Amino acid sequence: MVRKKQEDVYQEFIKGLWRDNPVFVQVLGMCPMLAVTNSAVNALAMGGATFFVLVASSFLVSSLKSWIPKQVRISTYIIIIATFVTVTDFTLEALVPTIHKELGAFIPLIVANCMILGRQEAFASRNSVKLAVIDALGMASGFLFALFALGSVREILGEGALFGVPLFGPHFEPWVIMILPPGGFLTLGLLLLFFNWVKERKDRLAAQLAEGEAS
Amino acid sequence: MSTEDPRLLLQAAPLLKQQLTTRGAMLDVLLALLPATLAGLWFFGLSGLLVLTASILGSIMTEWFFTPEEARRQHLLDGSGFLTGLLLGLTLPPSLPLWMAFIGGAVSIGLGKLIWGGLGQNLFNPALVGRAFLLATFPNAMTTWSPAGGPADFFQLHASNLALPFMHVEYDGVSAATPLGLMKFEYQDTSLSNLLIGNISGCIGETSGLLLLLGGAYMLWRRVIDWRIPASILLSVAALTTVFYLVGPDRYPGPLFSILAGSLLIGAFYMATDPVSSPITPRGAWIFGIGIGLLVVLIRIFGGFPEGVMYAILLMNAATPLIDRYTQPRVFGRGGAGR
Repeated sequence: MVRKKQEDVYQEFIKGLWRDNPVFVQVLGMCPMLAVTNSAVNALAMGGATFFVLVASSFLVSSLKSWIPKQVRISTYIIIIATFVTVTDFTLEALVPTIHKELGAFIPLIVANCMILGRQEAFASRNSVKLAVIDALGMASGFLFALFALGSVREILGEGALFGVPLFGPHFEPWVIMILPPGGFLTLGLLLLFFNWVKERKDRLAAQLAEGEAS
Repeated sequence: MSTEDPRLLLQAAPLLKQQLTTRGAMLDVLLALLPATLAGLWFFGLSGLLVLTASILGSIMTEWFFTPEEARRQHLLDGSGFLTGLLLGLTLPPSLPLWMAFIGGAVSIGLGKLIWGGLGQNLFNPALVGRAFLLATFPNAMTTWSPAGGPADFFQLHASNLALPFMHVEYDGVSAATPLGLMKFEYQDTSLSNLLIGNISGCIGETSGLLLLLGGAYMLWRRVIDWRIPASILLSVAALTTVFYLVGPDRYPGPLFSILAGSLLIGAFYMATDPVSSPITPRGAWIFGIGIGLLVVLIRIFGGFPEGVMYAILLMNAATPLIDRYTQPRVFGRGGAGR
């Protein structure tokens, strides 16, 4: 019984990271995904901010779920999310003003990130505080991973550097398109293609394996 | 069709077969491109040949890599991948690093064709998708032009051609503006005879107006392309530039110059007429061509780039499904709305 419970916790965490990855599988939160991933640092900052907001609001929504009236639940979630976004906004502005300036309007826009609201509505408001936090941690890590993957690919090709450190020497020819908006769409599309391919291949192998066992 | 006994012919339907196959159409287009390609090699030498080879290799290898093994033979032999690579190569500057041409070919086939579902499914012209990608990705290399030479300097290779993958070499300084660039930024005319022969700087296959027209005429004669598309593009460009020319002869190029310079001819005859990405209805073809002509003139005169044929064709490609939908011919015997 205890073992079953632990597996549940693990499953809730891993589903956000891989199986139900908010970006590569659910295709949610595309706005920050495409807008601020032109460098790995920006992607990490955005991912970190979203991480904090998601985990904190999932915790609060799940704790308060029995006091929130059903009729006004969405607006309540938004207020809770907005509170944490404001905290993040001011914190970033105080600690890393340059990155804050580059992220610009996209920090306040975390309020409108449908992935965060979706987790509150679909998970945090129906599960225990512990599970809600685990789920939020998984989803937020998945989002952070996706942002970082996109940001690093774009920075490596677009500027020949990672975290501002040049990788290929002075003669590298930068792929200008990669730091422009079309590069975001292209890279995201190709990453989606890759993850779907991996998934399909895995499913096919699993099916073959099951077939082999049956016969 | 011969049988032993001419009175008894046993054969299953279809009895009437059309001669046109994918492979046949592709071969016709290749044949039509041959004169312009040879002219490109004449003027740009070994560099041109290597860039063409790299972009063709890029497309063919991508097609081979992403096609299931059982379909490879058929897909590679229909010649469409080769044609896409050649068309892309003809629209690249001769001093382009070879690895960029290779990537362009791969993007043309990968993002321009296969990702949509293969031959006949793509919304945009594959070769132009590759070129648009290259222009947005490597704007410096894609707008560095070298002057046209002759057969004497066939073996004079540009140093920039041989840049290592992902690297660039300092450009060797011998660069020349295209006629359109000269016109746009320095108001300097190029003589029409040079534009016709192709003794000018530009993309490998776009310089020789006469040979491109020759190939176009061959395709029209073989009926591989719809005559309405090139006709409407050339007519609308000529009409619009005449208006501008009459308003300000010192600032705007005349209609003949506008038609012969840049990639308008190769675009009008070989790119816009791609049967997959252009409208199928006759009225639609006129709208499509006039739209391209309009956009070309607008981009050339008011845009930031001296040349706009590529963007004009890609934009009208995007409008093709809509054009096809609104120009459906009336069904015979039904009401005016086609219902």
